[in-house]
Amino acid sequence: MTTTTDHNHPITTPEVGGIGHSIKRHEDDRLIQGAGNFVDDIVLPGMLHMTLVRSPWAHATINGIDSSAAEAIDGVVAVVTGELLAEYNLAWMPTLSGDTQAVLATDKVRYQGQEVAAVIATDPYVARDGADAVVVDYDPLPVITNPMQGLESDAPIIRTDLEDKEDNVVYEWEAGDAAATEEAFAKADRVVTVETHYPRSHPAPLETCGIIADVSPVTGEATLYMTSQAPHAHRTVFALVAGLPEQNIRIISPDLGGGFGNKVPVYPGYVVATAASLVIGKPVKWIETRYENLISTGFARDYYMKGELAVTNEGKILGLKVDMLSDQGAFFADAQPSKLRAGLFEIVTGSYDLQAAHVTTKGVYTNKAPGGVAYRCSFRVTEASYLIERLVQNAAYELEMDPAEFRSMNFIQPDQFPYESATGLVYDSGDYETAMRKAMEMIGYDELRVEQAKAREEGRLVGIGIASFTDIVGAGPSKDYDIIGLKMFDSAELRVHPTGKAILKLGVKTQGQGHETTFAQIVAEELGIPATDIKVVHGDTDNTPYGLGTYGSRSTPVAGAATAIVARNLRDKARDIAAHMLEASADDLEWENGKFSVKGSPDSSVSIQDIAFAAYTNLPEGMQAGLEGVHYYDPPNLTYPFGTYIVAVEIDAGTGQWKVDRMVAVDDCGVRINPMIVDGQIHGGLTEGYAMSNMQFMTFDDDGNCLTAHFDSYMIPTAWETPRFELGETITPSPHHPIGAKGVGESATVGSPAAYVNAIIDALQHRGVTNIDMPVLPDRVWQALQDSEG
Amino acid sequence: MQITVTVNGAEHSADVEPRTLLVDFIRSDLRLTGTHIGCDTTACGVCTVLLDGTPVKSCTVFAVQANGRSITTVEGLKQNGDLHPIQVAFKEEHGLQCGFCTPAMMLVGSKLIEDNPNPTEDEVRWAISGNLCRCTGYVNIVKSIQLAGKMATAGSDS
Ligand code: FES
Ligand code: FES
Repeated sequence: MTTTTDHNHPITTPEVGGIGHSIKRHEDDRLIQGAGNFVDDIVLPGMLHMTLVRSPWAHATINGIDSSAAEAIDGVVAVVTGELLAEYNLAWMPTLSGDTQAVLATDKVRYQGQEVAAVIATDPYVARDGADAVVVDYDPLPVITNPMQGLESDAPIIRTDLEDKEDNVVYEWEAGDAAATEEAFAKADRVVTVETHYPRSHPAPLETCGIIADVSPVTGEATLYMTSQAPHAHRTVFALVAGLPEQNIRIISPDLGGGFGNKVPVYPGYVVATAASLVIGKPVKWIETRYENLISTGFARDYYMKGELAVTNEGKILGLKVDMLSDQGAFFADAQPSKLRAGLFEIVTGSYDLQAAHVTTKGVYTNKAPGGVAYRCSFRVTEASYLIERLVQNAAYELEMDPAEFRSMNFIQPDQFPYESATGLVYDSGDYETAMRKAMEMIGYDELRVEQAKAREEGRLVGIGIASFTDIVGAGPSKDYDIIGLKMFDSAELRVHPTGKAILKLGVKTQGQGHETTFAQIVAEELGIPATDIKVVHGDTDNTPYGLGTYGSRSTPVAGAATAIVARNLRDKARDIAAHMLEASADDLEWENGKFSVKGSPDSSVSIQDIAFAAYTNLPEGMQAGLEGVHYYDPPNLTYPFGTYIVAVEIDAGTGQWKVDRMVAVDDCGVRINPMIVDGQIHGGLTEGYAMSNMQFMTFDDDGNCLTAHFDSYMIPTAWETPRFELGETITPSPHHPIGAKGVGESATVGSPAAYVNAIIDALQHRGVTNIDMPVLPDRVWQALQDSEG
Repeated sequence: MQITVTVNGAEHSADVEPRTLLVDFIRSDLRLTGTHIGCDTTACGVCTVLLDGTPVKSCTVFAVQANGRSITTVEGLKQNGDLHPIQVAFKEEHGLQCGFCTPAMMLVGSKLIEDNPNPTEDEVRWAISGNLCRCTGYVNIVKSIQLAGKMATAGSDS
């Protein structure tokens, strides 16, 4: 039996609060009272504090470490170095991408901020004093700060630790069909090129990363309170790295103050704290400072991209060529499905029906922090989406067509789904034209173009930018997606108690997305139990079924599906119990509003609560007691959310400052479980997209010094700069997802940067400006205007 | 150094190092962990508390500077078992996601509506511009603070 969700109108009552109701969030009660439980809030008896000593150099040989002054400080318990870790075989650890990474450097440091030693003390201030007193003798080496340098013939080799490594190439990867693409380009009337750097960024959740490692000297059991978006996967990694028996490791990921991909990798600090607790026999707490967070963990993007679009004079796109260099930092530690190299960059053909595409990428080691994370993105999708949307917009200018009409001519049509793209993805569903028209109507596109023409006559610089993005989320089908061999399924375990109240346990982990509410709503939808009667448990590996965690917008597509299915399985059992209670045949029962009734005699009915009680008190002969189940869901495909964002900007020609006048976002994420929460996710993503286009990036000087290692230089928009957003929706349910949902956490960060930048280019293209790299800082705009023709 | 600070109406005396930051005193000594830490440069505002009624970033105040003064943290918003209107409004308007910036945002918001119960959107945005939020895009935080202003006025009228 399936539920047909009428997506425009919820089918459950507001009291039940199933799918489609904007019910208030369950997690809010504790958070608004300051009673959240974040890692740094936890204090254990006898707990020690750890501070890491980090390299000031981007590339240097370590001659020696003198920790005697630190050890002499009252309250310093121990100083841990790589040499000490090496005795336990812990100086190096495997990365999620099949490379190795130094836990504490022994031979060399390879980026500024790399972990060199750790000081453990009775007090965090004393641990800091101790770290300041550790003296490390370095010999600086030449530094590589971008992949182009890394490929030069005389470039220093960064990974001298890898046997026989004679260059700085991490990987080479390609997708699509080179020959078919050449053929398509041969037929083209014109080729439009965009060459741009998608700059290095950082998710920077307001809570930094941290751990309390509590390894019992008596039992050897390790309880790790950790900022983890993927507690189960992390437990397995710990078992492999530290050689601890997996059943003796318990990871508790309590409330997380945002994640956005930052809390997916395993960082050296976690491993050192755990090793220290193991050796010392006391709990050890390590909480990053913001500086440490920005300089050493979870960078994102840093792609140098060249895209070429082959088009006809009539406005048809024939093919796409992309060549890229990826700055990987000093270790290849991308947190992504292990078989992937450039994530899901194959989505670069976007919303367009083009017959041929070919993508080549080279990953290069540099003297920068490792750990490419999918920052509010499903693995390199933001880069891909940005490139195609910039190309399409520029192609329209080249052909003197309106960018919206040009898109319209090339969209994949609704009747073409499921659609196989030129890079081999199978898009599940879409209706791009409808979403774009809706956005155009909302913003008053035609009138804006008229106003723009008038403004131009007055000498003002006004632009309108569109992005009609296609996202790809919900990794993923087990045949293609795994992390260090672990298939990317996810799970849900559901028990209905005798009083009809339920507990749902998940393998995924919220970082603010509201899982404690929305997952309860899925159960409410399927079983008719009010969402407020359902407790959602997550983030504790001892008390939840195995799952791969929350990133890449995979919670709703994968764990959401597992939840719907386990609830349906319980409903099937409930039907048999109801038949027994009503003395009817199960086939004669109807399910509606949380009740089974005998067809034709609606008075003869039992509610899900009655059935739950009977599951423990009055069972049919031979049936197992209880109303409980677990489901591991292996998605048949990924999901493909999409939408159109339109931005109107005005640029001050004198200063290069630009201001967003309007921002309209029409999203289609399939069925919306809680529209209020969906809108909140979109607001957040649009703001991070704005940040990337306008101000936020990680940058370095030629010596590899990070120039944006604090919040005074790594700019995050405040309420004052953040544009006002106008949201709209279309709903195209995912055909393969049990409730038709697609995931929404990342669409807005994926789609919006191109809309903002396209608006700026739209304001300047009549002056011959075709590209400004992100972030589009005022001085870059000003310079582009100086260099431009008019 | 010996200090006495009134926190959420209760007096606390303690011996602190001169270098102890107020935020660490609140979190570690008093174990009031609703006040958070998010940066090292006075930039994020998640450590905001009210010092004699005025929002300050408690990571940038030494504990000794609070000697003899009065502090309100998020734990002090609830009075006599009733949530403060700002708390009710943040839940009602979905003004929080991860909740890490929320205690600070609510304290700044509570001060704003005390001075100006009917703030415009621009006034709210300006008032919270010293506080970062990474999750919400501020849209619903603004709405929450405006709603709280209305609720507080309605409450005091009745
Ligand atoms: S902790 Fe960031 S301003 Fe105080
Ligand atoms: S709600 Fe997460 S930082 Fe504001």
